[in-house]
Amino acid sequence: MTARRSLALVLLATTVAVGFSLAVSRPAQAQPPTPSDNQVNQVASQLYCPVCENVPLDVCPTQACAQWRELIREKLAAGWSDDQIKQYFVTQYGDRVLATPPAHGLNWLVYVLPPVAILIGVGVLAGVLRSWRRSPVPEPEPPSITENPYVRQMEEELQRRERGE
Amino acid sequence: MLADLGYFAVAITFAAALYGAGAAAYGAIRRRPAFVESGRRAMLLTWPLITVAALSLIGLLLTRQYQVAYVASVTSDSMPTYLKITSWWGGQQGSLLFWSWLMAGFTTAASLRKWDRDREFLPWVIVITMITLAFFLSLILFFENPFARLWQTIDGQQVTALFQPAGAVALHPTDGNGLNPLLRHPGMIIHPPMLYLGFVSSVIPYAFAMAALVTGRSDDRWIRLTRRWALVAWLFLSLGLILGGRWAYDVLGWGGYWGWDPVEIAAFMPWLTGTAFLHSVMVQEKRGMLKHWNMTLIIMTYSLVIFGTFLTRSGVLSSVHAFAQSSIGPMFFGFISLMLVVSVSLLIRRWRQLGGDNELQSFASRESFFLVNNLLFMGIAIICLWGVLFPIISELFTGQKVTVGPPFYTQATAPLWIGLLLLMGIAPLSAYGHSTWKTLGRSIWKPLAVSLIILPVLIVKSVTNPAALLGYWLVAFVACVTLFEFWRGAWARHQRHGENFFRALNRLIGRNRRRYGGYIIHLGVIVMALGIIGSQMFQQQTQATLAEGEQLTLGPYTMTYNSLAEFNTADGRQVDRAVVSVFRDGKPVGELHPRRDYYFAAQQPMTIPGVRSSLQDDFYVILVGWEPIASQGATFKVYLNPLINFVWLGGFVFIFGTIIAAWPDPDPQVVRRRVKSGRHALART
Repeated sequence: MTARRSLALVLLATTVAVGFSLAVSRPAQAQPPTPSDNQVNQVASQLYCPVCENVPLDVCPTQACAQWRELIREKLAAGWSDDQIKQYFVTQYGDRVLATPPAHGLNWLVYVLPPVAILIGVGVLAGVLRSWRRSPVPEPEPPSITENPYVRQMEEELQRRERGE
Repeated sequence: MLADLGYFAVAITFAAALYGAGAAAYGAIRRRPAFVESGRRAMLLTWPLITVAALSLIGLLLTRQYQVAYVASVTSDSMPTYLKITSWWGGQQGSLLFWSWLMAGFTTAASLRKWDRDREFLPWVIVITMITLAFFLSLILFFENPFARLWQTIDGQQVTALFQPAGAVALHPTDGNGLNPLLRHPGMIIHPPMLYLGFVSSVIPYAFAMAALVTGRSDDRWIRLTRRWALVAWLFLSLGLILGGRWAYDVLGWGGYWGWDPVEIAAFMPWLTGTAFLHSVMVQEKRGMLKHWNMTLIIMTYSLVIFGTFLTRSGVLSSVHAFAQSSIGPMFFGFISLMLVVSVSLLIRRWRQLGGDNELQSFASRESFFLVNNLLFMGIAIICLWGVLFPIISELFTGQKVTVGPPFYTQATAPLWIGLLLLMGIAPLSAYGHSTWKTLGRSIWKPLAVSLIILPVLIVKSVTNPAALLGYWLVAFVACVTLFEFWRGAWARHQRHGENFFRALNRLIGRNRRRYGGYIIHLGVIVMALGIIGSQMFQQQTQATLAEGEQLTLGPYTMTYNSLAEFNTADGRQVDRAVVSVFRDGKPVGELHPRRDYYFAAQQPMTIPGVRSSLQDDFYVILVGWEPIASQGATFKVYLNPLINFVWLGGFVFIFGTIIAAWPDPDPQVVRRRVKSGRHALART
């Protein structure tokens, strides 16, 4: 055994011993499975439970969802990307598993309508503001008195008298 | 027997409401005050009558009358008495009765005010409130009857009906299913009543608005009459929303308080239009402008209240087909459409009379900022409405169900929220009428300069996220402006009257409750914003399976899994309860007990998190799962929610401000009397 090899062995033994003593003296940290729960949840949080209403897959407490999360773990372990897994769920359960509708067909309306509505609002507001500035609103006529038929009749009567009819 | 009495009471209330509406309308049109008075008395009768129905239902719930289908579906022997009472609003039928009961109560309260100066409004307020009440009562009477009993027909089928179907025998289940476990939480006991109070009290301002339109009174009287009602409605809506958020945080076990769920949004939309109204109404009061718009906002708020109830009650959210099958969905649809058509046509009829008294004098004026504020609130409301409606439209036209989830709402509304925060900083410094950018700039630069100090402080504390920096700067800016407003007012009083500063502040708020109550609400909003930014942008989470004695670390926290116990409780639950020790920066800060309760009767699990709460952050632990032999391992999901308690703290400030703003003014007669007696006292001395 060369001196170099024996040094390496001593170093290795020391590392193992130190590592062991550290492991014993400190409470063990959890050993994450591969892929870890966090990786699974990261994908699951972008998906919606296919059965429950409006519950993200990462927080759904049902048994079915736990199984779906395991499915994600298997796919991740098999080397699938996030997008592939999402696509798999879409193919299996439809667009509703995505947090937002994919932008195609009628779904475009989801994204187009709110900005258009707000822009129209801005336009209307700008128009109203400008028109108010340009043309002062005429003083409204004293309302409602002449609308009341009784009062109107009385007014006409009084005017006739004044004219001496 | 009790069930028959309850149903009978609902039927008579329905008749009284219909008669009230009819008599009041007839009296108003034919100018027969006796009929209006008769209608008013019918209206006053509705609340005592429906209270009889409510008491009957409570009696049934408390006395284990499981032959009544509703009682069997929401109560069980093992439930404590207070839960049996609150299960009154724990299911569809009962909650409709609860809605109607509150509605009748509010209507009665509104009718007891003095009507001397606005007698002509009375009949139309009666008509609107009684028609709305009658609509809800008709749902109870004909579709969702909480008093219906369980029967077994000859061919063995179980049916629900009030009266015995031919040949059927009565069913007497020995125990009920019990209330949905999610609803057995203190937050859920007060949250629905608050929300419902908000909903029903929104009907009153609408009724006054419609009365003003029908009678053609174009002055501000209806606004003055209803602004406090609108504020009260808004107070309850806000309380309902905040309590709902707290309930979700405590019970739903996903580490958050607002998930942009359609049911949440249903309650949020009338709040948005109501908030817009509370701002724009000030422009009408001060400047006599925006009369059409205020009417429109009130009509929208009322429609959204009914629409929100429709969304949550008709099953339309789960699927279009559920809506078509539900008996009350089409009824709701018809009612909303009818009220909308009537309101809009009345508005169009009176359009010319509602012209503004003033023109806009400056783009930098308070009124133009209020208009922008309204645009932003409406923008958020439109995004919400569209997000809720789109899945229904998609399913209807393409058969494809889609989800419109939080990413859509947060991205679409974020710029609008930023705009609103900015306005909260600028608008209080602007003036009505003539106001130039120059004068505005002169008053803005000081608070602006002070607020900018926060940026280097945050960057030193290694906050580098631009969105968070923008958010925190806006919070600081609004805080500077708002606190400066308080200081300026109090300082002026202090100088003028020589009052001590705190006394001056107190008097200042007392004399201008609406204004300073409003500013306190703004302070509440920014405290909440602090919590929302912190918990949304800096939330951390991790999940791990630990064996006993193992640890996981998240941020400054470390958590050790100690043990797990499984036991059954007397109220029909199987409880799995973990014990974990929590350390912050290595120092022990206590034990938490996250647990999972399984309700046997409802076959439903419920996740109760263990939370270590401090002003700085919440360490929120959920028990996700466990091995058959618990000592081998349990899975925990752990969230670190920074600053989240500022959301609740801000909520308190917010509600406090609203109460100050809505607090009734002292009765002028009392004041006059007090002044008079004071004079006598002076004369005597």
